[in-house]
Amino acid sequence: MVALVIAEHDNASLKGSTHHTVTAAVQCGGEVHVLVAGANCGAAAAAAAQIAGVAKVLVADAAHFADGLAENVAEQALALAGAYSHILAPATAYGKNILPRVAAKLDVAQISEITKVDAPDTFERPIYAGNAIAYVQSSDKIKVITVRSTGFDAAASTGGSATTENVTAVADSGKSSFVGRELAKSDRPELTAAKIIVSGGRGMGSGDNFKILEPLADRLGAAMGASRAAVDAGFVPNDWQVGQTGKIVAPTLYIAVGISGAIQHLAGMKDSKTIVAINKDPEAPIFSVADYGIVGDLFEVVPQLVKELG
Amino acid sequence: MKVLVPIKRVVDYNVKVRVKSDGSGVDIANVKMSMNPFDEIALEEAMRLKEAGKVTEVVAISCGVSQCQETLRTGMAIGADRGILVETTVELEPLAVAKLLKALADKEQPQLIILGKQAIDDDSNQTGQMLAALLGWPQATFASKVVLEDGKVTVTREVDGGLETLALSLPAIVTTDLRLNEPRYVTLPNIMKAKKKQLDVVKPEDLGVDVTPRLKTLKVVEPAKRSAGIKVPDVATLVAKLRNEAKVI
Repeated sequence: MVALVIAEHDNASLKGSTHHTVTAAVQCGGEVHVLVAGANCGAAAAAAAQIAGVAKVLVADAAHFADGLAENVAEQALALAGAYSHILAPATAYGKNILPRVAAKLDVAQISEITKVDAPDTFERPIYAGNAIAYVQSSDKIKVITVRSTGFDAAASTGGSATTENVTAVADSGKSSFVGRELAKSDRPELTAAKIIVSGGRGMGSGDNFKILEPLADRLGAAMGASRAAVDAGFVPNDWQVGQTGKIVAPTLYIAVGISGAIQHLAGMKDSKTIVAINKDPEAPIFSVADYGIVGDLFEVVPQLVKELG
Repeated sequence: MKVLVPIKRVVDYNVKVRVKSDGSGVDIANVKMSMNPFDEIALEEAMRLKEAGKVTEVVAISCGVSQCQETLRTGMAIGADRGILVETTVELEPLAVAKLLKALADKEQPQLIILGKQAIDDDSNQTGQMLAALLGWPQATFASKVVLEDGKVTVTREVDGGLETLALSLPAIVTTDLRLNEPRYVTLPNIMKAKKKQLDVVKPEDLGVDVTPRLKTLKVVEPAKRSAGIKVPDVATLVAKLRNEAKVI
C-alpha cells in the first residue's frame, strides 16, 4: 500500500493543509508520497521532502501548473495513479476542485472531508452539516479521499528525508486559462490556520461595525471570521465565512460575537478547544456550545474585553 | 445556446435531522424537502443568462425518487423551459449522478451546465467536477460571477483567501457559490404555468448507466456532543477564566 498526497502550495511554499493531509495518509497504513505539481516549484517540493513521514516527493514542474488549474493537476495525478492504493488531497477550495476529477476518471467513488481513518478502507465523515457522522467503507481499488484539516494534526514540517523525483509533466489541457487573482491582503493569520479566531454575526449590524472587533483581534493575534448571516448581509467578504458552506475551523480559542449559533455555523467551529460567546439573547443556541458566555450588548462588552486584556 | 441545470431534492435547510436509533442513517421520513439551495442559485443564474438573451433554453434535470418531480416543477416555476427526471429508488452517489448527467449531456448537447457546488445533505462537493472530467470539459467551481460572451465563459471563483478568475472554452461546467446571485421567489402564475411544461421521465437503464453504490455506509452516529459551559457575569471574570482555567490566552 502506498498513498499519494496532492500537495496544496503556491510554488514557493506549502499550505498547512498539506501537512494535515499527510497525517491522514500515514494513518492509511502504507508509505506516503507527495505530488507537487507547479511551476518553478522547487521550494515547495523541498519543503514537502522535509515533512516527517513522507518517503518520496514527485515533482511535475511546468508553466501550465503555475495556477493549479484543476484540469491539468488532475491529469497529472491520473498519470501516476496506477501505483497507489490511496490518493488524498486537502478538503480546501484547492483540493475539492481537483480530486473529484481524479476519482471520476478512475471510475471510483470519492470520500469527501474525512475526519478519521478507522481502517485503510473505512473512514468517518460528517454529513448534514455535521449533525451526523457516517462510517463509510470503500471497496474500490484506489481510495480517493479529501481530508478535513481539523480532524488530523499537522505532520511535522521538519525531520523527514524524502527522495525527490522529477516526473514527466502531462500536456496542458488548453481548455481553461488563468486570468487573475485578487487575494485579500491582511496581516492577520489565515482563518484555517489561526490559533485564535474572533467571529462576528448578524448582531454586528453592519460591515462598519466589524471594526469594533479589530482591536480585539489585534490584541489576541487572531484571525477574523463571520457567520453566513453576516456574509449574506454583505457585511464582510465570503472567505471570512465559517460554517457548513464556508470554512471548517478548530482553533484553540473561538470568540463568537453577535452570532446566534445556527446549526450550519456550529458545524464549522464546534471542534474549537474553547468557545466564548457574546450575545444579548440569553436563549441564543450559541450558548449551548460555548464554554464561557456573556449575555450583554456586544458594543459594550467587546471594548471592555479589549481594555481588560490590556 | 442550451444550458442544463441539475437540481437535487434534499432535506430543507431549516430541518435539524435526527440520526435513527439503529444507526442505519438519518430519519428523513415526514420532514420537509426542498431544492438544494446551491442548485436554486444555479437555476437563477441560468435564467438571468436567458433573460439577457445569451441562452435560448434552460433544461432542469433531477435524479432520484418520483417525488423529485415536485422539485422539477419548482424549477420550471422559477423558469426552466422543461424538466427531465432520471427516476430510481437507488440511493445515488455523486459518481452515479455524474454518469447519468453525462449521458443526458451527450443527448442534449448543451454548451453550459451549471450546478450547485454541493448538496446540503451529503456535503460531498463532487458532482460538477466529476461530470466535467467524464465529459472532458473545463470547469470553474465555486463561482461568484459568470460572464458568457465570445464563445467562452469567464468565471470569478471564491477561493481560500480571495477570488480567482478563469476563462473556459465552451462547452463548460460551472458550479455555484452563495454570492453568485439571490434566487427569485416563485410566483403563483408561474407555478400554474410550470404545470403545463414538459417533464420527461427516464430510467438509468434507458441511459445505459449502472448506478449501483460503490460505498458502504457501515453506520451513522450522532456527533460527540459538546456540553454547554457557564455564563460569566462580567468581562473580568471571562478574562480570568480564559487565563487561568482554559489557559488559552
